[in-house]
Amino acid sequence: MFDIMTLFCILGGKQRMKFDNFTRVEGDSCGTIQLFGLSTCIWCKKTKEYLNSKGIEYYYVFVDLLNESEKEEAKKLIKKWNNDISYPTIIINESRSVIGFDEDEIDREIARNE
Amino acid sequence: MSKNNSNLEDSEIDGLYRIVERDAHEGGYLLNPDDSFTRELIRGLVVNTKRYGYAACPCRLASGDEAEDRDMVCPCDYRDADLNEYGACYCALYVTEEVASGKRKLRPLPDRRERELEKKKKDKGESEKNISGLSYPVWRCSVCGYLAARSMPPEKCPICKVSKERFEKFI
Repeated sequence: MFDIMTLFCILGGKQRMKFDNFTRVEGDSCGTIQLFGLSTCIWCKKTKEYLNSKGIEYYYVFVDLLNESEKEEAKKLIKKWNNDISYPTIIINESRSVIGFDEDEIDREIARNE
Repeated sequence: MSKNNSNLEDSEIDGLYRIVERDAHEGGYLLNPDDSFTRELIRGLVVNTKRYGYAACPCRLASGDEAEDRDMVCPCDYRDADLNEYGACYCALYVTEEVASGKRKLRPLPDRRERELEKKKKDKGESEKNISGLSYPVWRCSVCGYLAARSMPPEKCPICKVSKERFEKFI
């Protein structure tokens, strides 16, 4: 059970978090994976379940449950990667993003490991 | 206690599900045939109605200001354009026949809201068209496009059932 992605994940590094409202989900380190979602959003839920199924470490935040200033901060961070400021937005290693629940793209972008 | 709460929520979800289903049917729209998926979206609408006082799209971030969010109250102003272009509305509560029957696969779609709001801001000022001699102003339903030439918009859109706040002066 040692696929290419797991190998990339093991080699992946860690980065410091710029936003401190994340909840960490334990798993194999695949670089820094940050998921911005909404607690009411079904696509965000599917994205979380997909990341859970891969057994990789990631950080998530439900932006709708934050206070007003935290919401603004989160939106600013998302906008850097996604002009539509939509959910879910995944940011990987602060170098690339996946917008919306797209399993193939999530796999591809995580495996790039840059 | 928590069991009672979740039961209460279940009945609320069932109630709203029935209303949304009826309105969709009457307006010629189709709900996503995946029942558990649709139920989850309706749950989001119930949560948002309790939280904000209006049924904000569960897949968009609400501001808490109803007037500001009117365009994203379900059914949102972007539903029809997304149905035409992608076969589903942004959250995929509403789908086209093609998607419902499985002929077209549902793909993640971009949220056009920010871009549309930007465009609207730009267009403001130019949008007031004047056709002299019209005896009534024309009101347009921002959800389904229904037009009504009368002094005030109708209380409820006769086509898609949204409230009169969703009407904009068209001409």
